[in-house]
Order: sequence, then structure tokens, then C-alpha cells
Amino acid sequence: MTILNTLVAVSLGYVVLLFLIAFAADRIAQTGRGRWLRSPVVYTLSLSVYCTAWTFFGAVGYAARSGLEYLTIYLGPTLVLVGWWWLLRKLVRIGRSQRITSIADLISSRFGKSNSLAVIVTLAAVIGTTPYIALQLQSITLAVSAFTGSVVNGADEVVNAPDSRSVALLVATGLSIFTILFGTRNLDANERHHGVVIAIAVEAVVKLMALVAVGAYVTWGLSGGVGPMLARIDASVIGRWEVDPGRWMGLTFVAGAAFLCLPRMFQVLVVENSDEAHLRTASWAFPLYMILMSLFVVPIAVVGLEIMPEGANPDLFVVTLPLSQGRDGLALFSFIGGFSAATSMVIVAAIALSTMVSNHVVMPIWLRLQGPGASVSGDVRHVVLVSRRLSIAGVVFLGYLYFRLSGGGTALAAIGLISFVGVSQFLPALVGGLFWRGATRPGAIAGLLGGFGLWLYTLLLPNLAAQTALEQSLLLSGPFGIGWLRPQALFGIGGIDPLVHAMIWSLLVNVTLFLTISLLTFPTPLERLQGAQFVNVFEHSGNPRSWSRGGAESEDLLVMAQRIIGPSEAQQIFQAEAGRQGLSGFLPETTPDFIERLERELSGSVGAATAHAMVAQIVGRASVSVEDLLAVADETAQMMEYSSQLEAKSSELARTARQLRTANEKLTQLSRQKDAFLSQISHELRTPMTSIRAFSEILRDGGLDPDDQTRYSNVIHGEALRLTRLLDDLLDLSVLENGQVNLNLQEGRLDVTLDHAIASASAASGKLRIRRDKTQEGITIFTDLDRLSQVFINLIANARKYCDAARPELRISVHRTGGTLTVDFIDNGAGIPSDKHGVIFEKFARVTSDQSAGGAGLGLAICREIMGRLGGSVAYLPGQTGAAFRVTLPLRAGPATS
Amino acid sequence: MGKEVLLIEDEPNIIEAISFILSRDGWRVHSHANGVDAADVVRMRKPDVVILDVMLPGRSGYDILEELRSDAATRSLPVMLLTARGQTKDREMAERLGATRFMSKPFSNAEVLETVRTLAAEA
Repeated sequence: MTILNTLVAVSLGYVVLLFLIAFAADRIAQTGRGRWLRSPVVYTLSLSVYCTAWTFFGAVGYAARSGLEYLTIYLGPTLVLVGWWWLLRKLVRIGRSQRITSIADLISSRFGKSNSLAVIVTLAAVIGTTPYIALQLQSITLAVSAFTGSVVNGADEVVNAPDSRSVALLVATGLSIFTILFGTRNLDANERHHGVVIAIAVEAVVKLMALVAVGAYVTWGLSGGVGPMLARIDASVIGRWEVDPGRWMGLTFVAGAAFLCLPRMFQVLVVENSDEAHLRTASWAFPLYMILMSLFVVPIAVVGLEIMPEGANPDLFVVTLPLSQGRDGLALFSFIGGFSAATSMVIVAAIALSTMVSNHVVMPIWLRLQGPGASVSGDVRHVVLVSRRLSIAGVVFLGYLYFRLSGGGTALAAIGLISFVGVSQFLPALVGGLFWRGATRPGAIAGLLGGFGLWLYTLLLPNLAAQTALEQSLLLSGPFGIGWLRPQALFGIGGIDPLVHAMIWSLLVNVTLFLTISLLTFPTPLERLQGAQFVNVFEHSGNPRSWSRGGAESEDLLVMAQRIIGPSEAQQIFQAEAGRQGLSGFLPETTPDFIERLERELSGSVGAATAHAMVAQIVGRASVSVEDLLAVADETAQMMEYSSQLEAKSSELARTARQLRTANEKLTQLSRQKDAFLSQISHELRTPMTSIRAFSEILRDGGLDPDDQTRYSNVIHGEALRLTRLLDDLLDLSVLENGQVNLNLQEGRLDVTLDHAIASASAASGKLRIRRDKTQEGITIFTDLDRLSQVFINLIANARKYCDAARPELRISVHRTGGTLTVDFIDNGAGIPSDKHGVIFEKFARVTSDQSAGGAGLGLAICREIMGRLGGSVAYLPGQTGAAFRVTLPLRAGPATS
Repeated sequence: MGKEVLLIEDEPNIIEAISFILSRDGWRVHSHANGVDAADVVRMRKPDVVILDVMLPGRSGYDILEELRSDAATRSLPVMLLTARGQTKDREMAERLGATRFMSKPFSNAEVLETVRTLAAEA
């Protein structure tokens, strides 16, 4: 048990050391003095996340089971680095110029910023990587179990043993914490993580040294040198393994593809790359690293097979071999090497996947839930961080879950290869997108879905099925007994290696769909532009290393800033920055920090996209991307819309002004009418009052004969009545005009109403003769009978007053048409002159000069108002024998409309 | 005395009242109720004093006054303007057109009589 305690202590110490290294690197990077953190050597070492626990432990196991085939895993990447140098350079250049954050981001960017494509790639990457993470956890628990000595041969019991579960959980938790701490420390625009990369580089050295140490021990310590070692290899079964050319070629290809497409490889290869030139170093240094890693695999496997008991797990030879020889220290070192390999893979994979999950799945959903406006609010950074952290924990624990559920029965190498084939499905879209402008989004989606679906069916499903007897029938006889659909022998083509079978089918379908559908569909404008940017990246972007840091650049920025935010404010910003940099009085250096701040300031005035595009053009940090241009266009469109809105508003304003002017004119006119009306009323009131005053003074003077006295008293009385009538009429008209009148609607007979009106109007004088046709008048009406009667009285009284015929006569005739009733009042006088027809219904519009007629000139105005209220009208009928008025009204008056 | 007052007014009751007041004082009163030919009547009758209503049928009292003042024969004829619209602007209008006196309705009988006497004496 002491060795186990030591193991725990050493592991913890190692983890603490990694924490410290990562922490220090982050601090140094913050101060800006850490250029060595980004050296080609560090870059090369960081690429070693390719060599996971699978390579560390599994390669030996692989060699023990399948001979030299494990070399294909190294061969693929080597070929890519050496032979596909141009492809890598293009990838890195695009990644930097387009600010790519992950492989999902790259593929979606290339095909018109399609988020559906990004989601597909993200999900595929998570599905493909989860078993891989499980594999790392499994290898660590297996290695730990080797130290406890409990079980060495079978993996099943180990995984299910409670203490190894807790080991795996502990490791998963620790890795999550480490990754969250150093992977999401801040939101770098370029997604670079200095601390993590340095820690990975250190782990790369440790795992190489550990493997070399074990190999050296085996070769020189156990076999006595290189010569005897070679002899031992020749004698071993490994040397006699037959090479299967199909499988070799397939595996080499898949390894090369995975080297490009694995999310964690994309992370270190493209995203964390700080200088294109580092690729040149890596292209020879990393193959060298891999050669060193693989150098002692065969010796360890050969010696392990010889020395270790039958049935011992060859995957653990690296640890168990030194342990069996009592070399505990070496075993510990070896364990730490494997631990390094496992942890570095999980950390980088978690960062890469969390970026993808957060950027393409969580954030779009969050933004949609937030509704419009969320993308411009300030706390998005915080949300992104939280989302990244949750995604990291999610990804790692998904791996842990898979580890628990799968039972860990499969050999390490098998899981790794399944993952490799899965992620290599990205290759057609990736390479096609980089070199073929005709590639389209539907093509990429179809290829990815087809290839990945087949991968699930032909490789992942059988792998899962192998652990549950239930599914065996599927493999043997196909789904629903359909033989040609057997996952490992599609269309009856069996007999080949399942892995190669799956690889050929999935990639064949993938590429075919990608090409065919791309040819059949047309790229959208954005796709076309992005395609051009990607395919011709070297023409579009300047060499990213040639940032000029001269004063000219700073001056240009100042000039531009002045144009946008005004001279004083711009100079203030630049002076403040110069002060901060210790360059008071001079122009500040265009540090990335400063440029970012400036961009933020400018975006406040012209919008983020425009600001970015303008700054980028001067700094030359990146070519103006299509997205930038489109965003500018978008902003311009918004401004145009805004200006057209303004235009609409101004025309609306003009319309309102016109309406106001009309209303004003109307008011002025009304005011003039009111003045005229008041003046008229004054006149109408003063005239009778004049008579009253004059005669009352005469009466007061006395000395009159009784006849005169009576006559003058009668004048006063008559004028007083006239005044009262005038006031009554005025009030009546006022009420009618203001619409405050309450109609007393009731049923009644027209002839009765006419009888009443004639009686009232003719009471004073019987001189006017009325002619009626009573047979026409027996009509029942529903209206305000009193008001109607008032109109009739007015019209009859007018005839009585103004009809100048020798024998005045008024003819009243009634007609009924449908629901409408007309009552005509026609006298035999001279009538009203035609030039007065228009004004007789106006207030005080007296036609004759005869003041004694007694009316105030309000009668017809009142009639017009009343008939309006009753839903009818009163009008003058020209062309009759005398004055003629026609009253029109509905048989049934509706509710009063005001 | 036998001096004549020409009353140009269309309201019968007012004609009767003024006629009574002036006759009682010994004036001859002639009344005319139409505005259209009022100026001609003035020129024909050559009264000592004219009492002129503003609101007349056919022609406004202001028009008539204007015509009288533009005619040498009637330029200095005493004219008392009577109006039922006793606002300031009416008074100003009367003064501008050359009314000798301005009186708004209702008036005091004594005042009318006094004014006529004064105007006749000044003339």
C-alpha cells in the first residue's frame, strides 16, 4: 500500500506543479514579456496532445496484439506534416485571418456562416470525442489498479470496482477544474491559452521522457543492449505478424485525417498557433517526437510478452513491467507519463469542444431566448464564460458517463481508432472547402450527415453492441433480418476488416454526397464570398507577421479616429494611451490592447462592424472579412432605413403643419364669425331696448293724453316681448348647435302636429289662408313632435309675416316615399330673391328690411339645426310660385346623432 | 323756430320716439327709412341737423356720411350718428368719417334733444 500512497502523493504533486506552471505562464503572458511562451518548440510540443494515453499505454498493447501496425498512427500525421505542408499553412492562415475558434467554426464560416452546419460538426465532434475521453479515464484507472495489484489482467472488474470509479471521478473533476481555470480565464478574441499550452508542453516532455526511460530500462537494463534487444525482437511473435496492406493504408489515412480534424488537434494546430512560421519547425520536429515516442514500443511489447505472465494486459506493460522487476520509481515515472498523456488530451479536447458547444449550441439558444438586443448588451462576455465553463464540465463528465456505462471492455486502441474514423468525416468538407469554390452548404451538410450516420451504424453501433449480447443478432443477420444491411457487411461486402469497411463506406458516401450535392446546388452570395476568401486566402490576406508597428500606423489611426469621434476626444484617448505606455507627448504604440480599446470607442459612433473594418484596414491585422463587409452593408441599410423613417416623419410633420394651418384658418374664421355674431346680437338687443328706454322716459316726463299713454305702453310691452323672444331663440340655437339637446322621441300623427302648429302660428292673425290635403296627412311618425312642430310654426309664421300677396295663401302638401316624408310649405308671395337663397338659413339673415316683422333672424337657423337633429333637413325650393320650403324627415328618427 | 331735423332711421318705434321728443321742443322732424337714397333726401331737404342710423336697409350710414362729407354742399352739415353697435371701433370709424356727434343706442331722450340743440346753434 505504500507504493499506492506514494503514487497518490506524486500525482498530486505533479498536478500542483502543472497548476503552478500554467498559472505562471498566464501571468507572464499578461505582462507581455512572454514571447518565448510562443516559441516553435512550445508549439511543436503542444502538438503532442495527439499522443494520448492511448498512444502511451495502448501502443505497446497494440504492438503486442498486432505487430507494427501501431506505426500507422504515427505515419499519418508525419505524412500530413511533411507532405501536406501547404494544406496546413492554408488552414492556419485562414484560421488567423478569419479568427476561427474551432473546426466547427471553420466549416460553418466557409459555408456561409451556417449555424446548422456548425451544430452538426459540434455534435459529431462531441459524439466522436466522448469515447476518447472515456478512454483516458479508463487508462488512468487501469494504471492505478496496476499499482494496487488487485487485478491486472481483466479490465471489467477494475472499472466496476468502487475505488476505481472514484479514481475516475476524481480525475474527471480535477481535469474539469484545471480546464475551467486555465481554459476560460478570459475571453481572448483569438482563443489562445498560454497557461494551458505551456502545461501541455511540459506534459509532452514528461510523457516522452517516461516512455524513453522505460524503453531504455527494458533495452539496456533487461535485455543488455541494442543488439540482444533486436535479437529478442526477431525471435518474438511480433516480428512475424503479417502486414495487411489494406488496413495499413486505411489506418495511415485515417490517422492523417484525424490529425487535421480532431477538435483538440485543430485547437493546438490552428487556434493556438501564434505564428505561421512555427509550422516549419513542427513539420520536422513533431515527426521526430513521434519517432522517439514509438522507438521503444516494440522492445517493451516484446519483453513484456516474454516476462509478464500469460493473460497480463499488454496495455499496461509500460507500468507493470517495471513494477514486476521491483523498479517502483520507474513505474511511478511511467505512470506520471501516462497520466500526462491522458490529462493533456482531456484538457485540450474539453477546451476545444466547450468552445464549439458554447459558441454554436448554447449561445445561439441563449441569444434567441433573450430576444433581440441581447447581442449588443454588455454582459454577453459573462454569459459566454459561464456557458464555456458549464460546457467543459459537461464534456468531461459525458466522458466519465461513457466510461461508467461502456464498462471499459474494449481494448484502448480500438476506441481510439473508432474516434479517428468519426472525426475524419470532417475531412471532405474541410479540404473541399479550402480548395474548391464550388463546394456548397447543402453538399457539406449532406456529406457530413451521410458519412457520420454510416460511421454510427457501421462502427460505433457494433462496438457498443459487442458489449451487450442483445444486439448480436443485428451484427449477424442485419436489422429486421435484412442481410445486406448488416453493419459490418453492407450490401453483402463482407470479409474485410470492420474498421476498413466502415471507413471506406462512410468516407465514400460522404465524399459522393458532398460532391454531387455541391454540383447540384448553387452557393449563396455569402458562401460564394467566403469560398473565395478561403480558397484564395493567400491573395486576400497579407502576411500576418508583417504588422507594422511604426508611428505612421498610429497616426493614421488618430486621423481616422478624429474623423469619427471628433478631434478633442480622439486626441484625449491617444494621449491617455501614450501616458499609459510611458510615451507621454508621443503617439502611442498600436498594441493589440490599445487597438481593441480604440475599436470599442469607435464602435460607439459607427457601429462595431464598421469600426472593426476601419481599424483593420489601417492596422492590417486582418483583411476585411466578408462578414465585416456584410455587417457594414447591414449597418448602412439600417441607417438608410432610419433616414427614410426620418423622411417619412418630416413629411408627416409637413402634413400636420398643413392640418394645423387649416385648423387655424378655420379657428380665425370662427372667431370672426363669433365677433360678427356678438356684434349682431348687440344690435338686435339694443334696438328694442332703445325703444323701451325712449318711451319709458317719455312716459315718465308725463303730460301725455291717455291715448298716447296707452300706445306708448303697448310699444314698450311689444318690444319687451321681442327681447324675450330673441333671448329664447338665442338660447335655443345655442343648445341645438352644441348638440346638448335631448330629443323627446315619441310616436304621433303628422296631421295632429300640423294642426297644432297652424293653431299656434296663426293665433295672432287670421289673414293668412292655409290650404291642406288632409287625406295625405294621416301618417304616423316617430320623432320629437314638439321640435318638429317648432319648425312648422316657424315656417308658417314666416309665410304670415313675409308673404306680400294681396290674399296671402300657404299651401302645405305632404308626400311619402319609402321611409322618408316631405312636407312642402309654398306661399303665393313674391318669394325670396335668388341671391339670398344661400344665406337665409344663416343667423340674423333677414331678407326684408321690415324690422317690425318681429323675428330676430334666427328662426330658419333654428329650423335647420332641429331638422339636422331629427335626421332630416329643411331646404328652400326655388322655382315655385312663391317662397317655398321643403322639410324632409325620416318616418322613424334614429337615436340622436350629435 | 321751425328748424328741421332729418331723421334717417328704419326702426318705426325709434322714429316715433325721436319725432315725439323733438316735436315737443318745437322742431320739425322729417324721417326717412331707406339708406339707398338718403343722401339725395339730405341734399333736397337741406335740414339743419341730420340724425343718421348706421344699420340701414340698402346702404350703410357710414357710406352715406362719407358721401355727405365729400360733397361741398353738405360738408359742414351737423350729423349725429346713431348706432346700436356701441363699440370703440364704431366710434373711431364715425370720427374718421367726420360725424359731428356719435351716440350709441339706447340713448337718453334729454341727451338727444340737447345734442340737436347744440348742433343747430353751432351751425
